[in-house]
Amino acid sequence: MTDQGTRTAARPDAAGVVERDRPGAGERLRDGLERIWRPAALLVACFAAWWAVTALDLVEDYLVPSPGATLELLGDKAGYISHHGWVTTYETLLGFLIAVVVGVAAAVVMVYSATVERTLYPILLFAQVIPKIAIAPLFVVWLGFGIGPKIIVAVLIAFFPVVISMVAGLKAVDPEMIELSATMGAGPLDTFAKIRLPASLPHLFSGLKVAVTLAVTGAVVGEFVGSNEGLGYVILQANGNLDTPMLFAGLLVMSAIGVVLFAVVEIAEKLLLPWHASRRGGAVTTAY
Amino acid sequence: MPGKAVKTVSEREGGTVAAGRESAVSIEDVAVRFRSRKRDVTALHDVSVDIAMGEFVAIVGPSGCGKSTLLKLVAGLLKPSSGAVRLRGERVAGPRHDIGYVFQRAALLEWRSARRNILLQAEMRKMPADKARARTAELMAMTGLTGFEDALPHELSGGMQQRVALCRALLHEPPVLLMDEPFGALDALTREQLNIEMNRIWRETGTTILLVTHSVAEAAYLANRVVVMSERPGTVAEVIDVDLPAERDYAATMARPEFARVTNRVRDLLGAGAAAD
Repeated sequence: MTDQGTRTAARPDAAGVVERDRPGAGERLRDGLERIWRPAALLVACFAAWWAVTALDLVEDYLVPSPGATLELLGDKAGYISHHGWVTTYETLLGFLIAVVVGVAAAVVMVYSATVERTLYPILLFAQVIPKIAIAPLFVVWLGFGIGPKIIVAVLIAFFPVVISMVAGLKAVDPEMIELSATMGAGPLDTFAKIRLPASLPHLFSGLKVAVTLAVTGAVVGEFVGSNEGLGYVILQANGNLDTPMLFAGLLVMSAIGVVLFAVVEIAEKLLLPWHASRRGGAVTTAY
Repeated sequence: MPGKAVKTVSEREGGTVAAGRESAVSIEDVAVRFRSRKRDVTALHDVSVDIAMGEFVAIVGPSGCGKSTLLKLVAGLLKPSSGAVRLRGERVAGPRHDIGYVFQRAALLEWRSARRNILLQAEMRKMPADKARARTAELMAMTGLTGFEDALPHELSGGMQQRVALCRALLHEPPVLLMDEPFGALDALTREQLNIEMNRIWRETGTTILLVTHSVAEAAYLANRVVVMSERPGTVAEVIDVDLPAERDYAATMARPEFARVTNRVRDLLGAGAAAD
């Protein structure tokens, strides 16, 4: 090795490595608070406005119940609400999982076969145009009042974002990476497992976040159409009885389920794709 | 091992292909035509180049003259419309595995650390794991990446990323290394450093290297032959021997009359301004 060679080899690049601190626990907490306080403040403001509207008697009680009355009801009827909440959560999760499995499989087949894609894609688009709410009654006719129709509606509604994002992800792979893989003598399975699939995951997860919130909607729509269980049923009942506190309570729990499921998907994304999260984090901090 | 490599280099210092030496790459009357919607585009026309084992050949030419197409033909990623490409005496039909490929962009897997990106080569080839690990450490040391084994690509500068790509391309000790404007996206200083390293890597490994570049200086500094291509349809305008020793000090080489002769000739062929770095 020449002198010059040793020198250049020992010295890193002019630009060097991008500095990045590994945050400690305290710093992470501060980061978390920094991120959370604005939306939290807005949420508190909304509740304050709600409380003010009812406290000042701007609207009749039977139209908008006070936050106090709603929370009290949530406490009193905790058993009733949590039972129906679990039913809705169960339907949502089952629908979501089926949508993910079927959606990912369909995306993989479509990406690998142009014929399948040309056949399936227009039909998928067309199916997406049909309002799911409009076909939900049909499933009740076919499958009765059980859990079936709810899951089918949840699957149908969550399926589309999964397929679209997975197809986009699988196609977004750097073509040079695929060529490189060919020169390495890699088989299609290795190329898929080591390059295409991991590269598609960030896209897939953005689809999953949309899909999981839509799955809640799907399950509730299914319940609206015909059921004797679930939050959709609770809301319909409350609506019929002009029981607005129960209506509000149902809505709150439903939203909470959506938020929690979204958070679970986001946490899963962070755990599975730490490289992606850290890069995105970096991009945000370098922005203005 | 380095000693042996240096000896082979001293044999080829003349720069021309020695008669009877084993052929690394042989391109015979190759033409490539792409069919687009309205008309056929001829990317390469009547190209013939012979490269012996251990040579460092640079290909320069204006944008769109089919330089990259030429590399893809050698790698077997593209089929010629007519003519034949031979790699180590064997006709190329389908992707070849006995090459290393470096693109202009590093093309790293962003979820893999520097080391694991290099090891991808080994995993795909089912190379023995300990041998691959040892070789990776060796290459990372050679390219100044020691200490950055666990860094993710986005934590590395462009020059470092390209070094990782280079290590990946060299891991399986390919007899032929294809480089498609590998340093084109780097700043001038980093590029200079990597050129110096390339010269050392060539001497130490004895690999046959085909380098596509826009930089006339890079071509003259690194190569022992420069293939100058002309614009559409791409064809070989001239092949220039570079009569310089294999071991090249950067500044001293640039000051040599032979370096000036080569770069001037290349610039003449490319037309004024066309190849102004």
